Amino acid sequence: MLNHKKLIVSHAPFWHDGSSITVRSYHTMLAAMPAVLFGIFTYGMPALGVVSLSISFAIIWEFLINKITKRTISIGDGNAALIGLLFGMLLPATSPWWLVITGTFVAVVIGKHIYGGIGGNPFNPVLIGFAILMVAWKDYFDFNEVLVNYDLGFAMVYPLAAVKHLGTSGIEAFSTTDLLLGQQSGGIGSTFGLGLIIGGIYLILRGFIRWEISVSFLAGIGLTALMFNMSDPSHYASPVFHLLTGYTLIGAFFLAAEDSSSPVNFIPMLIYGAGAGVMTVLIRNLGSYVDGVVFAILLMNLINPICDKIRPKALGKVV
Amino acid sequence: MIKRSFIGLTKPLLKYEALDVSTPEPSVIQPSKKVTLFLDKVFDFKDKILFNIGDKVKTGQKLSYSENSDAYVISTVTGTISSIAPFNADYGKTYTAITIDVSENEEIDEQFSTLVKEPDIDTVKDSLAFIPGNLPAGLFPSTDASPPIETIVISGVDCDLFITTNQNTVLVDGQAIKHGVKILKQITGIDNIIIVSSDHLMQDAGISGAEVRVVDPEYPASLPHLIMRDVLGQVVPAGKNCEDMGVSFISAEAVASIGKAFTEGQIPLYKHFNLIKKDGSSTLISARIGTPISDILNAFDVTLNEKDRLIIGGPMTGSTVYSEDFPIQPDTDAIMVQDRGNIPFVSDYPCINCGECVRICPASIPINVLVRFLEAGQYEEAADQYDLYSCIECGLCSFVCVSKMPVFHYIKLAKYELGRITTAEATNA
Repeated sequence: MLNHKKLIVSHAPFWHDGSSITVRSYHTMLAAMPAVLFGIFTYGMPALGVVSLSISFAIIWEFLINKITKRTISIGDGNAALIGLLFGMLLPATSPWWLVITGTFVAVVIGKHIYGGIGGNPFNPVLIGFAILMVAWKDYFDFNEVLVNYDLGFAMVYPLAAVKHLGTSGIEAFSTTDLLLGQQSGGIGSTFGLGLIIGGIYLILRGFIRWEISVSFLAGIGLTALMFNMSDPSHYASPVFHLLTGYTLIGAFFLAAEDSSSPVNFIPMLIYGAGAGVMTVLIRNLGSYVDGVVFAILLMNLINPICDKIRPKALGKVV
Repeated sequence: MIKRSFIGLTKPLLKYEALDVSTPEPSVIQPSKKVTLFLDKVFDFKDKILFNIGDKVKTGQKLSYSENSDAYVISTVTGTISSIAPFNADYGKTYTAITIDVSENEEIDEQFSTLVKEPDIDTVKDSLAFIPGNLPAGLFPSTDASPPIETIVISGVDCDLFITTNQNTVLVDGQAIKHGVKILKQITGIDNIIIVSSDHLMQDAGISGAEVRVVDPEYPASLPHLIMRDVLGQVVPAGKNCEDMGVSFISAEAVASIGKAFTEGQIPLYKHFNLIKKDGSSTLISARIGTPISDILNAFDVTLNEKDRLIIGGPMTGSTVYSEDFPIQPDTDAIMVQDRGNIPFVSDYPCINCGECVRICPASIPINVLVRFLEAGQYEEAADQYDLYSCIECGLCSFVCVSKMPVFHYIKLAKYELGRITTAEATNA
């Protein structure tokens, strides 16, 4: 049985559906584009600078850590670029360069690579980077302070800060339509509600994120906010306001649904999403931080492994 | 190759090939020079083998390995034995490969025709183990310890995509199946015989006289474990097989072969299978067991280049071979040729926890966690806590894996390694 024609042998299956990490990353970035472009048009060149620097440095850090740890160069899979883009979207347009560079370092190296790289991170790398920066340099994330020199034709007051300090009387200027169309101050890529929703629906339809997480996250925020609102309408904002301000929408579609740090079974996904939603509103309404999305999702990342143990019984499992 | 749909929210739809009446007759291909038969026995030079190089054999002649062994093959041609050699197959399985040079004049061995008058279980066991469609060993449990078989399920559906062998048998060989069912009932004493078929072949399956049940036309519904669950309403416990539940699966082709053997007084030699070409078209072919694949590829002008892939079986569950001299075996349902440009490769990326595999797994296994244990070689933990043995081996996890991990390969490897550990422990105890 000797034959010199060399054939490829490998294990079944011999087909693949053609999905890949690269496709996933680039399409997630594509879905984020409406919101990012809107942010760049609103805030101008500084915003473009922050986003570009963030993406570049996320890639550079990934490249360096690949070199240092002597692993295959993995920047081609687009995951680092995605981390950079999402990180840039959360930042205010006036962020100084060193803040962006430090943040992407924390996100890519401490958030992702020290756990073994893609798939190993227990927390969302973007949020790790952002949370550490937010705790370390609080002033750079006070949107009222950092965006004070902008006059864009709408109330340049951070909506969540307004409701926190002034109650619902402070937010009468914000109509739902304005919020949807991005007439509010905030992070570069997180104010354009409509754009984020379109991007999110695209990701859900393409199957790149799990709809259960996004929907339950939004439902968690809506229901909790509704309960607060009903108990004291003068103090606590309406659910619609909570859904369209701060990092809610970017959190629902781009941050909470990050693959590695979220569950994959149906019931755990609902618990995870709803839990993050409830925590968000609790932090916003009762906690000391203005926005709670970042810490709420990080907190739920923590329970993800144990939560994901709630799973259907496997075929033929006797116990 | 079926790709992920644009709307990735829905599961990929993998339909089994549906055969209809307009399908042309299978093309018959004759072996050109030689055939190779695999005898299910480890080859040992010290054994007193009952046949030798240079022996003349007739078509239908039984070649037993030795006095102390039940293993045998049926020669499918008339000719001279030109070599006897060991052959190593997948997962450490070893066969004795017997190569026979085909001579021009065909002579039929008469031994079997004397036995057909009164079919009994020994005749079937001693003469028909090598029939097209493969006689399952589990049909006749040898030890008293194993539970008796109470139900026989005839598979009128095909186990993988692109394959139409069993459907074709149901469609054209209804009478042979009917006779086969009668003989099976007679020799085993089992009355509960069920034939499963796809929706559109129900009428044809009804001719067999067995009870007809319908199976979903969507992969992987025709895998035995899923037929057990969805059609018979019995769940096979993890780590057990269908025979442990008293159910034996047999392909429609094998039943038809049994029927034909007893009506014609001659052991059937022609195996039906599909040739899946590089462009994805599928042709039904009939060839003698033992025909080298190269003969079939030559007949259909399929050129095999360096670094192409040659697969025995379908795209999801088949196995690759390294040489086109590999023969058609009794259970070869398809030969698939993949061009080197179309081969999807696996990668060494880790699991990114996207959950595609978990959602598509028909056995609800937490593959995202399981594969992490398997990567680390912790097979026992994987089996104890993460349902390794619930796997029914459909291959869908690897098919959808975003990281292109060889998930199915890991699972098979883990089962094999655990099997080896168990055997070693049993022998050393």
